[in-house]
Order: sequence, then structure tokens, then C-alpha cells
Amino acid sequence: MALKTEEMVLNMGPQHPSTHGVLRLQVELDGELVIGVRPYVGYLHRCFEKHAEAMTYPQVIPYVDRLDYLTAMNNELSYVNACEKLMGIEVPERVQYIRVIMAELNRIASHLIALGTYGLDIGAFTPFLYCFIDRERILSLFEMTCGARMLYNYIWIGGLSHDLHPDFVRLTREFTQQFRPHIVSLNNLLSYNKIFIERTANVGVLPLDVAVNYGITGPMLRASGMEWDLRKNEPYAVYDRFDFDIPVGKGTVGTVGDCWDRYFVRVLEMEQSVNIIEQALNQLPEGDVFSAIPKRVKPPEGTIYARTENPKGELGFFIVSNGSVNPYRVKVRPPSFINLAVIDAISKGCLVADLIAILGSIDIVLGEVDR
Amino acid sequence: MIFDTLSSFLGNEIIAGIIVACLPLFLVILPYAIAAVLAERKVSAYMQDRIGPNRTGFHGVLQPVADVVKLMLKEDIVASNVDKPLFNIAPLLVFTGSYAAFAAIPFTSIFIGTKLDLGLIYILAVSSFVVAGILMGGWSSNNKYSLIGAMRSAAQIISYEIPTFLVVVTIIIITGTTNLTVLSDYQTSYFWNWMILGGPSLGVVKFLLIPFMIVGFVIIYISTLAEVNRVPFDIPEAESELVAGFHTEYSGMKFAMFFLAEYANMFAVSALIATVFFGGYQSPFGYLGNLMGIKWLIPLEQLFWFSVKGLFFVFVQMWLRWTLPRLRVDQLMTVCWKYLIPFAFVNLLIVGLLVVL
Repeated sequence: MALKTEEMVLNMGPQHPSTHGVLRLQVELDGELVIGVRPYVGYLHRCFEKHAEAMTYPQVIPYVDRLDYLTAMNNELSYVNACEKLMGIEVPERVQYIRVIMAELNRIASHLIALGTYGLDIGAFTPFLYCFIDRERILSLFEMTCGARMLYNYIWIGGLSHDLHPDFVRLTREFTQQFRPHIVSLNNLLSYNKIFIERTANVGVLPLDVAVNYGITGPMLRASGMEWDLRKNEPYAVYDRFDFDIPVGKGTVGTVGDCWDRYFVRVLEMEQSVNIIEQALNQLPEGDVFSAIPKRVKPPEGTIYARTENPKGELGFFIVSNGSVNPYRVKVRPPSFINLAVIDAISKGCLVADLIAILGSIDIVLGEVDR
Repeated sequence: MIFDTLSSFLGNEIIAGIIVACLPLFLVILPYAIAAVLAERKVSAYMQDRIGPNRTGFHGVLQPVADVVKLMLKEDIVASNVDKPLFNIAPLLVFTGSYAAFAAIPFTSIFIGTKLDLGLIYILAVSSFVVAGILMGGWSSNNKYSLIGAMRSAAQIISYEIPTFLVVVTIIIITGTTNLTVLSDYQTSYFWNWMILGGPSLGVVKFLLIPFMIVGFVIIYISTLAEVNRVPFDIPEAESELVAGFHTEYSGMKFAMFFLAEYANMFAVSALIATVFFGGYQSPFGYLGNLMGIKWLIPLEQLFWFSVKGLFFVFVQMWLRWTLPRLRVDQLMTVCWKYLIPFAFVNLLIVGLLVVL
């Protein structure tokens, strides 16, 4: 006689240690095998897009910070970049260089959290705290620059809120020098750990065609083997002046596009960010950072779509202006949201533990998923 | 021995029995658990470049006391739709399992709960008692995470008992005893006579045994790590997947029971390994008491050496916990069935042959 069996529906989240915030995953389980995953979003919805319509252009910047709150500098850069294109503002070189330095520092900070929490998802607690030590130093640099540690409101349309602190360049150089060995020790502790590789290699393989069809961007797309990075392919700010590589997933320990590749692409990207920061510090020109800030931000009628390479993927802003001081419409293309959509496609048939590994390797921030 | 003294002093065997039964709890387990909880937090803190608890008392030494007080004052939440009798018994059962093991652990040649002839088998048997409690707790909680955690736990603990037993059997073959006191005495008070270095018998066999003893030690260490659900085998309570596994729904003192049981179990298996492979309570370089002719010093020295050995293995367990990631449930089974059991079997065969020859 065959025993009657049934599938179990497990609601993972919104209160769960590994959903990286208030995400609810409705998981269908057959024993420990995952049959299907449905992500339910919206627990952190804050009406950003509607809110932006009631704000003037500069007033939107603090709200942009709160999209992906781990990469506020990159979000600001993206939004400000769109506004400046809309208004046709030429920004001084020094401002551009400082923006790049800040964006890359924030990229390192964001990747450190991604890697640290990924270790946490796999069960290694200690690398998480090692990552936070370095992140802490980056946050101190930001704090020194603009007084805020997470939500900066630093990059303004046409300029910056503050010039650099006199010690900033020296301290950042110190940081980049000391950070490189830390990447090596992170690799020794976690990336090349046998158990870690067992848990992540060949798990959640995302083939390139699926990735492109789902509109995946950022480290996830590169891990699947495509050399696509807006900093190289569609340079904005002054990224065309720096010499850096685009790391891609090579399937070193498993298949191209598995969780380990997604993890390791981020490690390699941190090294590239350090390269960019060092070059930018060497080339940093003198000048005034306030000169191009317009007295009144009132762009001409028109639309603009501008996108930049955020740590999580391509962040795009579509702005419609009707010639007033408020944007008529601000539409965000959030990388986390779009990357999350692929989870059902790549986690069918895996175990619950793999599902956590896959979700961690997507690296979402719910502030951006829900906006 | 303690029991006889007490019963003649009190004139009542039942009261004496109860007191003797409580002795290891108050003398050993509670102080050890308190120290181990603090040690775990401090060890993890120093490994992670943190300071750890340092507000309660000198360098935070009172932190575990504060924790215990907090747990005792906490509301005992029983979620709706739980199977109440099972839910209440489960923590007790888990704790009983790990507590009962302490009855046969020889701390010194004098202080031992009971000198069981089957001590070695007894410890392994009662510590697998824990599985029943975990299953009951997971099932009765009416929580999916608890259920998955309990199922994983049962599968894991039962599987990993096999390599543990196989290694223990090799020791029984060599020494011919399952009495832990006899086993400790057999390994005399010099470290080259310990089982890890082939035992006290001289000759070629001793040297031939050494590699197999080391393999056996590694196998038993890994499998006991899995039996007490520690990293990299902490799958039943895998925080990032199952919230807290089988004890997700427990709070207050019931949770504390699971917690205490885990730490008690950690020491129980460490003590077992120390006894089987590292001479138990025997000192590695002879006794100071013998040298100076002070007989009462010897048990104290034995207690010292036993604690050092046991706590060292507990420390290694903590060290691993804060270094390694966690295996997946199928990989865990692979490690057990495809690597540990075959190796343990081959080990057993060769050791058997060597002893016969």
C-alpha cells in the first residue's frame, strides 16, 4: 500500500533570519526538495515613486538614499546623473572624481555586506564580522566627509554637499593599502574553504540565456559569463579614465553561473574598485565643488532615462519633466527587484539549504525591491 | 562510595540516593555549563576581533549568571495547537539523556557516579536518548521549521552513531574492557601509553597501531561533533534556514534545558574521547602526589588533567564552530555513509587483525 504523501507549503519570512529583510518566500516543499518558490514583496513599500512627484528635484535625493540603503552614494550618483543630463549641466572634474571615489567606496561596503551575510547564510559566522570591520572604516570615511554613515545626501545636482576633508585622501590611501591583504585573508577563510565550495559550487546555476531573458544585471549577469558593466560599456562620470577589468564567472570550482561564481565575482570586483579608487586619488584635480550647483533646479520639459552600474546591478531612473520644479514622474529600475524574479527559475529541485544559498547569492536589499 | 558514606550518615538510602543523583548536576554540570557559555562567548569574541561580554562583573564573568536569571524570569510561552504533554516532556528528555551520561564519566579514580562495567556502551546508549526528545519537541511544536529540524536531527544522530560505535569497538578489541575506570587505569600515567599512541603494551604492534588509532580518533571526533549538533554539522538548528530548528517554539526555562543539554553533551562526548584515547584522568607525566608522597593530591591532579583534556576538546568544538560553514543535509549523510563508516570498518578490521597477530 502506498502511503499518502502531500507537499508542504512553508512560508519563509517575512520574519526569518535569512530573507535579508522583510521578504516572504512561499516555498513548496516535497520533504526537503523545493518544488516552487514564490517571492512576495511589498512589506517595505514606501511609495517612493509617488512621493517623488510631490518633491522638488533636490528634495528627492534623500529618498533616493533609502532605495538601496547600503549603496546610498551609488543611488545618488545615478539619480543626479539623470537630472544633470536632463538639465545639461557640466560638472567640474573634481566633483566627478570625488563622486567616483565615493561610489566605489560604497560599492566595496555593499559587497562586504553581501559577502559577509552570504557566509552567514552558509553558516560561517566569523567572516561576517571581519567584513564589517572593513566596512566600518569605509563608513568612517563617509562620516568624515559628510557627517552621515549610511544615508548621505552628499551628491547634489551639479556638485556635492561638502568638499573633501583635508585628511580624506591620506586616510583613504591607508585604507586601500590595508584592504588588499584583507581580501586575501577573506579568500583563505571563506572562499576557498572546502565546505563553502561544497555548499555553493554547482548550486543555483543561472545560464546566460536565462539571465539575459530575465533582465538580470550586475554581478549576477557577470557571474553567468557576460562582460557587461556600464562603467566600461556606457561610461558615465569619469569612469572612462580608469584602467580596470570586468571580472566574470569562470566556473572555477563548478559550473559557470553557480552560487560560488556569483560570490567570487563580488570579491574580484572589490579588488577592481580598490584599483579605481587608487587611480582616482592619484588623478584627483583641485577645484571648487560648489560652482556648478544651480540656484534653482527647473529642468526643461522632456524625458530622460539614465542608468548606472550599482553594486547590485543596473540602477536606472526614468524622469519625466513638465518644466516645473517638481518631477512629473520618476520611475526606478531597481536591480534587486529584477534580479529577485529569477529565484523560482533557478531554485527548482534544490534543497531548502540551497534555496538560502541562492537567495543570498542574489544579494537583494528589500528597500530597493519594495521601494 | 559516596552513596555508602551518605546513607550511613543520614540513615536513609532514598535521600542519600537523591543527593548523590544531584551531585554531578551541582558539582559538575552547572558550573561547567556556566563557564562554557562564557567561554563560548569570549572565544567567539576574540576570534572575531570583538571584546565579548564585559559589563556584568569583571570582564563579564557574571554574564552567564545574568543569562540564567533572565531565562528563569522569562514567560514560558506555549503556542496554540501544540501537543502539550509531549511539548513539556521533550526538554526534560533531552536533558536527561545528556545528564545520564555523566553518571559513568570517570572524573578521577575516586569520584565517579557509578563504576559501571559497561560504562563505554552506557554513555553512547544514553546520549542517543536525546534523539527521542528532539523528535518529540520538533513534532509537538506544530511548527514546520521545528519539524524539519527534528527530522534532520534524528537522521543525523542515528547515522553518526555507527562510526562512533565502530571506533569504540576497536578500543574494546584492544583493551578488552568497557569499564571506563579500568580503561583509564590501563593507559597508565604516561602519555606514551595512551591509546592514541598505541596503548601501553610494548612491541611492534604498538607502533603499527598508532596510525589506526589516529584515524579512529579523527573519525570519532567528527562523528561526535555531529552527534552534539555542532558546526559544521549544526544542521538541525541551522539558524539561517530553520530559524532555531527543533527548539524554535521553546522559551524560558524549557529553552534553557535544551541549551544546557547541548553544553552538557559537548562535555560528555569530549570526556568520552579523552577517556578512550587520551588516558582519561591520567596525568601525562606521572603524578606529583606520588613523587612527593602525598596521596590525597593524586585525585585532585586527576581531576585537573581530566578537566584539561575534556575542556580542550570542548574548546576545539567552539573553535570549529566559529571558523567553518555548515554542510548541507545530503552532504552530511555522504560524509557519514561514504567516508566515515567505510574508514571505520577498515580501521576495525585491521586493528582486529593486528591484535590477533
